[in-house]
Amino acid sequence: MENNELTKNGKRLDGREFNEMRPLKIEAGILKNAHGSAYLEWGGNKIIAGVYGPKECIPRHDANPFKAKLACRYTMSPFCSKEEHGRAGPNRRSIELSMVLREALENVVELERYPKAMIEVSIEVLQAEGGTRCAALVAGAVALANAGIPMRDLPIAVAAGKIADTICLDCSKIEDNYGQADFPVALAPRNNDILLMQMDGLMTKEEMFKALDFIEKSAEKIKETEKNALEKAINKVN
Amino acid sequence: MEPIDEIKKSNVKNLLQNNERIDRRGMLDYRPIEITKNYIDTGEGSALVKLGETKALSVIKFDVVEPFSDKPNEGVISTNSEMLSLSSERFESGPPGEKSIELARVVDRGIRSAEIIDTKDMNLGDGKVLGLFIDLYLLDYDGNYLDASALATMAALRNTMVPTYEDGVLIRDNMKKKLKLKGDVFMNTFVKIDDKILLDPILDEEVSMDCRLSVGIYENNICSLQKNGRGEIKRNEFEYMIDASLEKYKELKKIIEI
Repeated sequence: MENNELTKNGKRLDGREFNEMRPLKIEAGILKNAHGSAYLEWGGNKIIAGVYGPKECIPRHDANPFKAKLACRYTMSPFCSKEEHGRAGPNRRSIELSMVLREALENVVELERYPKAMIEVSIEVLQAEGGTRCAALVAGAVALANAGIPMRDLPIAVAAGKIADTICLDCSKIEDNYGQADFPVALAPRNNDILLMQMDGLMTKEEMFKALDFIEKSAEKIKETEKNALEKAINKVN
Repeated sequence: MEPIDEIKKSNVKNLLQNNERIDRRGMLDYRPIEITKNYIDTGEGSALVKLGETKALSVIKFDVVEPFSDKPNEGVISTNSEMLSLSSERFESGPPGEKSIELARVVDRGIRSAEIIDTKDMNLGDGKVLGLFIDLYLLDYDGNYLDASALATMAALRNTMVPTYEDGVLIRDNMKKKLKLKGDVFMNTFVKIDDKILLDPILDEEVSMDCRLSVGIYENNICSLQKNGRGEIKRNEFEYMIDASLEKYKELKKIIEI
């Protein structure tokens, strides 16, 4: 597969426009034990997130007298891709992603309300089809809100990229693997503050800001999907 | 966070209110940069970078390895970093933590994205390829190990010799072939403290930061980004850091070419 084969008749291989997201479905409150949870399908991604806490901080010496500790664990299942069987548990990539996801969530969670406590966010990628870190952030954010943890905003995330010299929104796996750039971003939708930002590949400044425009324009839609999932979960309980 | 960091933080922030930094640098100035090429004789390439008081070593070694199954004719690049416990009281020995993994992956990402190394030229035949190993050793830590390590790696790659391959082994004596590079990748790391943006933070500035952005540049393109820390970045601040990075590329190119 070559990069220039990623578009056909001015469209993407899966028929999407360049600024079009894959279908996103979120369900909140799907686990019995977790204090908050979310299940998400985004294109071919299937991700489940569970939140426990606020609870006692473990290890105890990590307890912060001024705010809660947020622990975040992102892992990919060994069966999450169509190719070979992977390895279970954390690897170098997932340790890095767990860190940037944690920092993005720390921005919006009101950790100061729970000194010495700990809030645990566990995100499992059951099936991966490109853009899992952004999907993981959305799942984690919905699970946190579903756990009733106060947050300043409900963050959104989506990646943009570059395929066949064209900027596109929400890259699929094939576009990510054979495209020219991948640019995942998480935003606080109330003011479009950037919470998570990574990039690999090559982009000019102009291309990068066009990509950021695509991401900002899709924030509202993602936030609405998140909100609807949370409302539905509340109505179910009532 | 250490209690002493709170004192450092208030010092840094007080000065910044008058647009001053502890070491009196401008907001977008690097500390003095000193590059020692070929610092390690036993590596195929190496460089030690002193960025102010931060010292980072990067060493390039080759080995014969199996290719990845999806790229059977291409060489393999592998980057590892060690935040040595002697470099700071903040680092403990043991398996690499998330910061160390991030350092290796971010340096790797810039070089890989810009494709400055021709991995197709590293095919040895017989199902074997060259593995290019980048080892990052942080020797002394006074902030901004990312830029110091990335610059050391670039300087090391520019002086790397490629061993010859005979009868299944690499011959490292009398290496004549220089590693071909398509160009240079440089990284610029900024921290945001309140509403101020500073290039090349020293340790005191790093402990005071709200967040950090590292921008990798390859000529007129951005080739890697990594945001770090709990704080948020505004769109105009992001643009400011991109513009500054594109500008700094020429400055670092001059320094590395000396």
